[in-house]
Amino acid sequence: MSTSVLYNDQGGAEAAVEAGLESTPTSSSTGAAFRLVHADFKKNEDLKEMLESNKESLKLDAMKRIVELIAKGKNASELFPAVVKNVASKNIELKKLVYVYLVRYAEEQQDLALLSISTFQRALKDPNQLIRASALRVLSSIRVPIIVPIMMLAIKEASADLSPYVRKTAAHAIQKLYSLDQDQKEQLIEVIEKLLKDKSTLVAGSVVMAFEEVCPDRIDLIHKNYRKLCNLLVDVEEWGQVVIISMLTRYARTQFTSPWKEDAMFDETNEKAFYDSDSEEKKDQVKAGPYVMDPDHRLLLRNTKPLLQSRNTAVVMSVAQLYWHLAPKHEVNIVTKSLVRLLRSNREVQYIVLQNIATMSIQRKGMFEPFMKSFYVRSTDSTHIKTLKLEILTNLANEANISIILREFQTYVKSQDKAFAAATIQAIGRCATNISEVTDTCLNGLVLLLSNRDETVVAESVVVIKKLLQTQPSQRSEIIKHMAKLFDSITVPMARASILWLMGEYCERVPKIAPDVLRKMAKTFTAEEEIVKLQTVNLAAKLYLTNSKQTKLLTQYILNLGKYDQNYDIRDRTRFIRQLIVPSEQGGALSKYARRILLAPKPAPVLESAFKDRDHYQLGSLSHSLNIKAIGYQELSDWPAVAPDQSVRNVEVIEPVKEWVPLVGKVKKSKSDSKFYSDDEDDKEEEGSDSSGSEDSSSSSSSSGESGSESEEESSEESEKTSSDSGRSSSASEESTSESKSEQTTKKKTKKVPQEKKSKPPAADSSSDENGNAPVAQASSSSSESSSGSESDSEGDSDSDPPRVQKKVEVKSKKEVSLLDLCDFTPAPTNAPKPVVLSSSLLSDLQGLSLSNVSSAIQVTTSSFSPVKTHELLHHMTGKGLSAKYHFPRQPCLYQPSMVAVQIILTNSSDHSLEEIHVGGRSPASLNIHCFNTIERLEPEASVTVSMGIDFSDSTQAANFQLCTKEDQFNVSIQPAVGELVMPSTMTEQDFCKEQGKLLGMNETSATITMATANCSSQAISKQVLSVANVGVVSSTQNNLHRFAGRTVSSGALVLVSLQLKESSTALLTINTEKSVMGSMLLRDLKQALAQA
Amino acid sequence: MIHSLFLVNASGDIFLEKHWKSVVSRSVCDYFFEAQERATEPENVPPVISTPHHYLISVLRHRIYFVAVIQSEVPPLFVIEFLHRVVDTFQDYFGVCTEAAIKDNVVVVYELLEEMLDNGFPLATESNILKELIKPPTILRTMVNTITGSTNVGEQLPTGQLSVVPWRRTGVKYTNNEAYFDVVEEIDAIIDKSGSTITAEIQGVIDACVKLTGMPDLTLSFMNPRLLDDVSFHPCVRFKRWEAERILSFIPPDGNFRLLSYHVSSQNLVAIPVYVKHNITFREGSSQGRFDLTLGPKQTMGKAVESVLVSSQLPRGVLNASLNPSQGTYTFDPVTKLLTWDVGKINPQKLPSLKGTMSLQAGASKPDENPTINIQFKIQQMAISGLKVNRLDMYGEKYKPFKGIKYMTKAGKFQDLPTQ
Repeated sequence: MSTSVLYNDQGGAEAAVEAGLESTPTSSSTGAAFRLVHADFKKNEDLKEMLESNKESLKLDAMKRIVELIAKGKNASELFPAVVKNVASKNIELKKLVYVYLVRYAEEQQDLALLSISTFQRALKDPNQLIRASALRVLSSIRVPIIVPIMMLAIKEASADLSPYVRKTAAHAIQKLYSLDQDQKEQLIEVIEKLLKDKSTLVAGSVVMAFEEVCPDRIDLIHKNYRKLCNLLVDVEEWGQVVIISMLTRYARTQFTSPWKEDAMFDETNEKAFYDSDSEEKKDQVKAGPYVMDPDHRLLLRNTKPLLQSRNTAVVMSVAQLYWHLAPKHEVNIVTKSLVRLLRSNREVQYIVLQNIATMSIQRKGMFEPFMKSFYVRSTDSTHIKTLKLEILTNLANEANISIILREFQTYVKSQDKAFAAATIQAIGRCATNISEVTDTCLNGLVLLLSNRDETVVAESVVVIKKLLQTQPSQRSEIIKHMAKLFDSITVPMARASILWLMGEYCERVPKIAPDVLRKMAKTFTAEEEIVKLQTVNLAAKLYLTNSKQTKLLTQYILNLGKYDQNYDIRDRTRFIRQLIVPSEQGGALSKYARRILLAPKPAPVLESAFKDRDHYQLGSLSHSLNIKAIGYQELSDWPAVAPDQSVRNVEVIEPVKEWVPLVGKVKKSKSDSKFYSDDEDDKEEEGSDSSGSEDSSSSSSSSGESGSESEEESSEESEKTSSDSGRSSSASEESTSESKSEQTTKKKTKKVPQEKKSKPPAADSSSDENGNAPVAQASSSSSESSSGSESDSEGDSDSDPPRVQKKVEVKSKKEVSLLDLCDFTPAPTNAPKPVVLSSSLLSDLQGLSLSNVSSAIQVTTSSFSPVKTHELLHHMTGKGLSAKYHFPRQPCLYQPSMVAVQIILTNSSDHSLEEIHVGGRSPASLNIHCFNTIERLEPEASVTVSMGIDFSDSTQAANFQLCTKEDQFNVSIQPAVGELVMPSTMTEQDFCKEQGKLLGMNETSATITMATANCSSQAISKQVLSVANVGVVSSTQNNLHRFAGRTVSSGALVLVSLQLKESSTALLTINTEKSVMGSMLLRDLKQALAQA
Repeated sequence: MIHSLFLVNASGDIFLEKHWKSVVSRSVCDYFFEAQERATEPENVPPVISTPHHYLISVLRHRIYFVAVIQSEVPPLFVIEFLHRVVDTFQDYFGVCTEAAIKDNVVVVYELLEEMLDNGFPLATESNILKELIKPPTILRTMVNTITGSTNVGEQLPTGQLSVVPWRRTGVKYTNNEAYFDVVEEIDAIIDKSGSTITAEIQGVIDACVKLTGMPDLTLSFMNPRLLDDVSFHPCVRFKRWEAERILSFIPPDGNFRLLSYHVSSQNLVAIPVYVKHNITFREGSSQGRFDLTLGPKQTMGKAVESVLVSSQLPRGVLNASLNPSQGTYTFDPVTKLLTWDVGKINPQKLPSLKGTMSLQAGASKPDENPTINIQFKIQQMAISGLKVNRLDMYGEKYKPFKGIKYMTKAGKFQDLPTQ
């Protein structure tokens, strides 16, 4: 009884104390909280009433208050039934707030949550893309397992939605569904696979995020999309960029061979070259030659580089880590400046960036050394920033800069932030061990610090000196003596212990002093800290072994003191030592070895960076920052010894791309061009990124605005569909006017062009790369693309890009001269993506449009379809590193109308730069060639695209000429296919028939051919024909009759092709032309092409 | 990615929580509070903390910790950058980002957070898009709303999200079309006791306020673009054009934005606009110290140095200071030992000085370090690097905009190292 009373009393007292402690406001607030709980209950009642009222404003007020409750973390789940009723409200804000509530509480109230589902299902069918998207967003955020099938269905549908925004939402929903139900993985991967093929920049980031979350190991899904992702990267929103870059880093590490090993070898050879003769150097370089970076690897590096200029620090960091993990060693340096720039950012950003720099600077001092001053500590920095900077400065220290760094460190030691001062002393210790030249200086400096007034500084110095002495056996006795002198004034236990340990370890060097120190310790033993006591016991034991005469009694005294110490560690240690050193009756066996045990030479502690072991984590990752493997961390694999098949990326990438190609896009785009971009911009594009429109290829050269408009095309397809034809045609005419305008400006600027040209090699480079891949891509697209055949027509009217120039020619044909120079550095029309979705109805509209645009007069026009078949001109083995490929861009040659334009891509695959590449002698001597300007210098790995004009005189005789470099000459020959000697010509059906009538008899060749079944659709036919010959499509009123028209380049003779379909996939192919030889050759080629599947 | 967000005030209360995935108990913040206790200064809380099941990444701005809860590997900078964007957005919306402002606008805050992240992945972070979705509360609008019962949420659907230029809202209309650009440069410098420069670098930004109708396309060119060594752009800037011609070509967002930030190449010598003469001494054994500090202009190209503020963290042993400023006012906080002197404008004829004595704790030993002196100042109408905008042109719209460019130089981290 009494105890309980007592207990109560105590409790009461405690409560009183508590109440006393808590000042008035808190006590009142607890009271208020009490009331609140009560009131909450009531309040919720009135909230319910408000929600059930008819007034929107009351409902809204109620929802606002509920959201406030949620924000404060209070439970409002009992209102669920009342809230969920408002899910279909017309008021947008009310609806949004209901969504917020629903997402928060649906998990807890699953049954009731189901009530809202039908609303979302309905909204998923809404014609407005934003409503569809938001419905999917909320639906997928409701974590209720029962609706998994519904979600799955919705995601599948949304992933095929026309609006990229909805598809983006679908990508987000994938992750949500996956975290709700992992069993859906397989199905979700299918959706991811589909969405990965998506061309929209909006979708790219989100779907890669989903990929990373759901199936990061399915690297095979990336192959086909790799190049597209690289090319889109610049235009993806910044958050998506981060995700894509880190995924691509991982991808690249599995797919490409290491660019580093050869590098190391290269360095060696360079070094050797210093000493050896030139011939030796050459040999070595040949040896180092075999490593050639995969063009895809290069593509990634090139396309990420501009992102170093991003304002988003996460993007910059992720590019930096990409370069760190993937780039050849000598290229990594370009990230330095950007990383240093990030140091100007917020504290938290600095923290992460410095951590990464610390890891980098261990391996690559040179990278950051020029920026050493950026790592100087400022008094306003927070402690962890200071320590990181210190770490980096220490890593950067070398013989050359150590004096500057030490001077800087001196000021840090005096810092008021003592933890930082201590860290500085540690850093000085590290510098001293790393750089032997300054060891003595550092040691002296540290000894001076021993007289510092601040305890922590002294203690840290002692500890560091101890470590240094262990590594530096010389001149220790002087310092030990000095430390012994200071021993009395040092109070920090760790420091005292360190001195004692040193005395013991080197007691033979200071035979007079050590026993005296032990004597002093014996006096104060009981008052010391544990760690000091332990070291005293150690010292005693060591002295006993070396100098037992003087110290025997002292040792015994200390051991006795230790035996009765309060701390069991010390008692244990004492007992152990006693058994070890003092020979006794039973335990003599060990004492023989006592000396060897206690006085064994001890390995010196290694003073190294705390960031030493962090480099196995991917830089910039959470794991790296914490130095722990974080959940979900994906290891970076090592480089494969042999690169996996690179063709996996080649083939299919083109296909989805082609499917998208839109004509719509083009029209729309130029519309937006004229709307958003100034004329100036337009002609800049003409000059700079060049007429052949590599911008559309969305290769690296695509400007942000440019592909921005691409994405717009897609997003607005929907609206586009509904817009009227007339609107479209007007936009097209708008386009042509705007282009003619820009044409004029271009002319004015022609003078500038040559300089421009020089500054452009990267662009040319990029496109040539693209072309390197062309053959395969082309093959696939020409063989397997019956489904997307519509494109041929579509491109026909409003064109894929290469013809863009020609169109201009058409508009102002006299201005050709001004374009001449431009063409010189025109990158090849690339086979790269030309995105768009095309509905067939739209297509026909556009067809109409193009017809109305073209006058009935027969003119040379753009080619409707430009397959790019690249042929080898010079193999790099025969060309001693210089390789050349050529293809026919199918543009009118601007040098002379009778010439066929040829583009040659010169690539330097040797390891030294090639100079003065030009065209030498030719045969037959009469051959009329317009050569490209001499290329002064081509760096290793670089490539350049040049244009030539060759007059083949309408014969397929090969043009032979020499390709010369400064040292060598190589004989090459260009053999044109007969179809390339023709220029497309546009004419109406009537004109066609009229002209055909004139070319009968001898001028007509015809044959009945059997066609592959796949080629029977009209799209497929045009496609096949156009792939063989550079002719123009003549629109036909008859379904089974296809007509194509062209003119030979040199003489301008008409070439008319007509194909009449008959039963069972046979057809009559007729060619009318004056040039009968060409006619028969063309017939043979066409026959072959159409027979192929 | 980002799982939840907690806002924690200076006294350690969670005053707002938001979850994007399933709810994470707020007890996870205990790990954060632990770290907070261990840290001596608020800034010393490590930005990345590991707990058994989650990771906490926090950002401290305006004395509020924004603590994001992460469940799996994600680049920490991604989260940090995003959190800073959140703060910037709040500031943009409410003018200030304080606990009170956030509490007053909980609903808007919640709506914003809902739009900014979807399932923890950033969705809309461009202020132009957000403003289309959710209108920032203004006094007028709040009043109208209370009376008419209309809302802050935009009635139309935000088409900006779908546009080619996601950073610009559509259908912008102004009666006065104007574009202002502020070139602001900051000097970071460390000066040693003899007045020689240890490090000095110039960082600059161009902040713009563009209020133009329609879809203008602007180009901005510099007289001396070579000065710019390292640049980072707003996404609207066309990088290719810059690479090729050193011209900034862009379709601006509507309203305020940072167009460019740059670093001036280190080859250029940095002109230091002010000098400090100081003599701070403590004598051994005496409880008095002398304080003497004079400021003067240097290399200012004839422009006045304004808003000068000198601050210094005096050693712990200093009890109080009695000083006499020749102009301006000074304060000394005996608790934090922070001395600040608001000088105002430097008059080259009569240099401002601050002289007097400091009283030290009796018996305490002489502080072994003299305090660093931090200086802030502003110089109007001058960019210290000499950067000059050549011209600004507008294309794509018919009207004539009003254009303005302002230069300013500020001290960034400008420090004078201690004498000894």
